[in-house]
Amino acid sequence: MTVGRRQLAKPRSSVVIAATALWLSGCQGMQSALDAAGPQAARISDLWWVMLAVCAAVFVLVLGVLLYAVFRSRRSDREVADPHAERRMTMAVGGAVAVTVVILFVLLIASVFAGRGLSSLSTGGALTIEVTGHQWWWEIRYADPLPSQHVVTANEIHIPVGRPVVLKLASQDVIHSFWVPNLHGKRDLIPGHLTTLSLQADRPGVYRGQCAEFCGYQHALMAFMIVAEPADAFSAWLDQQRRPAAQPVDDMQRRGQEVFLSSPCMMCHTIRGTPAGGKVAPDLTHLASRRMLAAGTLPNTPGALAGWIIDPQNLKPGNKMPAHHFDPAELQALLAYLVSLK
Amino acid sequence: MAQVGEAGVAVAFDDSDRQALEQTWRSPTGLWGWLSNADHRAIGKRIIATAFLFFLLGGTLALLMRAQLARPESRFLGPDLYNQIFTIHGTTMMFLFAVPIMQGLGVYLVPLMVGTRNIAFARLVAFSYYLFLFGGIMLYVAFLLNIGPDVGWFSYVPLAGPEYGPGKRADFWAQLITFTELSSLSIAVALIVTIFHLRAPGMSLNRIPLFVWSILVMSMMVIFAMPSVMLASTMLIMDRLVGTHFFNPAEGGDALLWQHLFWFFGHPEVYIIFIPALGIVSSVIATFSRRQIFGYTAIVLSLVSTAFMGFGLWVHHMFATDVPQLGQSFFTAASMMIAIPSGVQIFCWIATLWGGRPRLQTPLLFVLGFFFVFVLGGLTGVMLAAVPFDLQVHDTFFVVAHFHYVLIGGAVFPLFGGLYYWCPKITGRMLSERVGRWNFWLLFVGFNLTFFPMHQLGLEGMPRRVYTYLAEMGWDRLNLLASLGAALIALGVVVFIGNVLWSYRHGAIAVGNPWQAGTLEWATNSPPPPYNFLHMPTISGREPLWECNAEQPIVTGLRHNIREVLVTNVLDAEPDHRTRLPGPSIWPFFTALAVSGLFVGSIFTPWAVPVGSIPITGALIGWLWPSEKDHQDQLAMEE
Repeated sequence: MTVGRRQLAKPRSSVVIAATALWLSGCQGMQSALDAAGPQAARISDLWWVMLAVCAAVFVLVLGVLLYAVFRSRRSDREVADPHAERRMTMAVGGAVAVTVVILFVLLIASVFAGRGLSSLSTGGALTIEVTGHQWWWEIRYADPLPSQHVVTANEIHIPVGRPVVLKLASQDVIHSFWVPNLHGKRDLIPGHLTTLSLQADRPGVYRGQCAEFCGYQHALMAFMIVAEPADAFSAWLDQQRRPAAQPVDDMQRRGQEVFLSSPCMMCHTIRGTPAGGKVAPDLTHLASRRMLAAGTLPNTPGALAGWIIDPQNLKPGNKMPAHHFDPAELQALLAYLVSLK
Repeated sequence: MAQVGEAGVAVAFDDSDRQALEQTWRSPTGLWGWLSNADHRAIGKRIIATAFLFFLLGGTLALLMRAQLARPESRFLGPDLYNQIFTIHGTTMMFLFAVPIMQGLGVYLVPLMVGTRNIAFARLVAFSYYLFLFGGIMLYVAFLLNIGPDVGWFSYVPLAGPEYGPGKRADFWAQLITFTELSSLSIAVALIVTIFHLRAPGMSLNRIPLFVWSILVMSMMVIFAMPSVMLASTMLIMDRLVGTHFFNPAEGGDALLWQHLFWFFGHPEVYIIFIPALGIVSSVIATFSRRQIFGYTAIVLSLVSTAFMGFGLWVHHMFATDVPQLGQSFFTAASMMIAIPSGVQIFCWIATLWGGRPRLQTPLLFVLGFFFVFVLGGLTGVMLAAVPFDLQVHDTFFVVAHFHYVLIGGAVFPLFGGLYYWCPKITGRMLSERVGRWNFWLLFVGFNLTFFPMHQLGLEGMPRRVYTYLAEMGWDRLNLLASLGAALIALGVVVFIGNVLWSYRHGAIAVGNPWQAGTLEWATNSPPPPYNFLHMPTISGREPLWECNAEQPIVTGLRHNIREVLVTNVLDAEPDHRTRLPGPSIWPFFTALAVSGLFVGSIFTPWAVPVGSIPITGALIGWLWPSEKDHQDQLAMEE
């Protein structure tokens, strides 16, 4: 990025203010309601700026009048006794109330129109994705009429850019809330209720989402990624996810698969194409293709994976994955196998 | 028969009358006497002091949370402890601090402001105090044993239900609700009856001080809102204890039912806390502007309409559930509409200040702080009423910022102003003005430093109720700022405590009416004698002390050897009949003990209900058993 001459010419104080603002606000935009990447988030952020402007004006005005009322200079006590003053005050208060009503009405209309905008997303040709909340991870399913074409994954949702997506939301245990601020507001996942959320990404990118309804110990670290990518990249990803797990290609990986299948891992996790068919924990068929581990908490690196397997309770206290002791050779083999599950 | 006599009669009172009143109304001494006391000033002071203690405890928990969130991925508190802390912080502030302290102020001030000698049903109020105290102790004992509730002050099912909330944690929460709501309900009844029937002759409805109006409206709201949450918490404890399935979708129950019941109470709860604070603001503004409040009728109608509307917006806590869109629009409109009565009051107060000659003393300073903070919080509230925007920031730090702006701004700032204002009446000593200013500025700057950045955090995607966050989220700086602000708030509160303690010994002696205020609580000594007023007053205006009418009659003809007061009618406060108020009794204390036994026991076994009823029955029989003195007093009155 080049810095233009006009920017350099700005007074120093504004640079300081800007730097302070930047320091305070951070510069991450991957989970921000103000950095819209889809039509709905854009509408909401427009509504926010309108309301902010109106409310800021009201705030300044009310506080200004208040301070003037307190600190205005008073000529004498007689001014207080002025009978016209009371009448004028009645008019002023009445007028202020009338203006309040008008402002509220305007904001109400703005809100209703923004609401209509949110629900006007056409869902023709939409991609349907089922999202199930678990304590404390997200199960993602791409349903297909052919059972063999089902895709099950966890904590990472790929969507095609520019195409509406309908998310069918359900919960397996307690109430969770699905929220990707860059794309849309939140929708609760309520046991016994099926809810839906329609959204669309207008530009490619990785957007982070996070559970927004308190759901127990690891509510704080129950995140997921939405990867918005061009249609062809998306179909390539989906095709790849449909395949059963990669077979081990060397002794190390074969040893690792044996370790997996002979340890408690397989009680909870599924790896399609192997006997491991546990349903209570994330599907690991294509574990190595994901960006993050442990519901958006750790980068998907062999080191982080090893740390997670050895001591998950240290990284996310209270989560439902028990620690399991492997001797170093077993662990190395297991990692080699898991890392091969592209 | 009591009658309204001429002012000249006053001279007829002599020291023997004063002594007789003193003898009749004095509080018993010793530990036994302390436990039997049924004097509104003593009980009011206890409620205020106990609630303030819980405020300090809840505030300490807040500081622990801010310490944890000051840095990303901090290991200071784990999720188990953090969840308990935020649950108990919210529960304490709502149920053990905010509602009780407002009711405590009401218990202390209302009988003085309406010009009578004690609160109606004083024993019931004493009973309520012990219940509130025991409930609070139960919660903190559970917390110290590390089995405190950890599912939030809202205890959403199924997380709080039998399947996902093992142990007894959510049960402690549910029973705390039963304790505190029973206590608030009883106090509300006592306050309503006092306001309706023990007013000084002449204090017709349109002359009731605005603080008393606010207490009346709040008490009415308590009566309509609290049953909903008591019902909900009882259903929750039954789901957990005896396997009913009110909230279990697998057995035909519904998880959303809880949210409706809870917020049907939970939203009015906010106004229950905030409406008395509006009464404080009105009192302080009138006194420190040195003029009658502008728009008395408009303010009263605003209070009443706020109370009505407060029951019609609970669904705005549930916009992210599957409430249909039409329903959402209704609740959006209702939530925005409630800004109108608040606006009316704010404009009336500004007009009062405009037309008066303001004295910028500490109580008014806190009220000005209230304007700044509360107006900001009110405006973000209007924003939150808009469903699309709410969907983004619901359950984020934006909402945390919003409701701390309305609750601390709307209730705690006026409360501190009110304490500076009425402390001289309660303790007989003036608080230091200079320290008061330090107190205000520390609190004001600290508050804004803590909570303003949270708006930004919410917009940047930080959800509420998280015990930690990842370093790469970029939320660390604003969180650090908020934690530093919290330290300033703590300092401000310490300065306040220092001021109270110092002034209690060394403060300037307060005269009866140190602020030249206009309402009746200032017409007696500071602190008031046990009988409140030597001469039971009558009034002929809203600010009786400003009217300086030497010919104002007083009430005569009430016996001095019996706790006798004048009962007046609801509308015009015309004298109706005399009644005898109850004296001290140990039984409210024993009854509260017995009821607490049942409540705590029923956390562990359903048998506590039938077995626990036996001591309650015994205690109630003791309470209602007529004493020899009751009998003689009754005979004397019938003569």
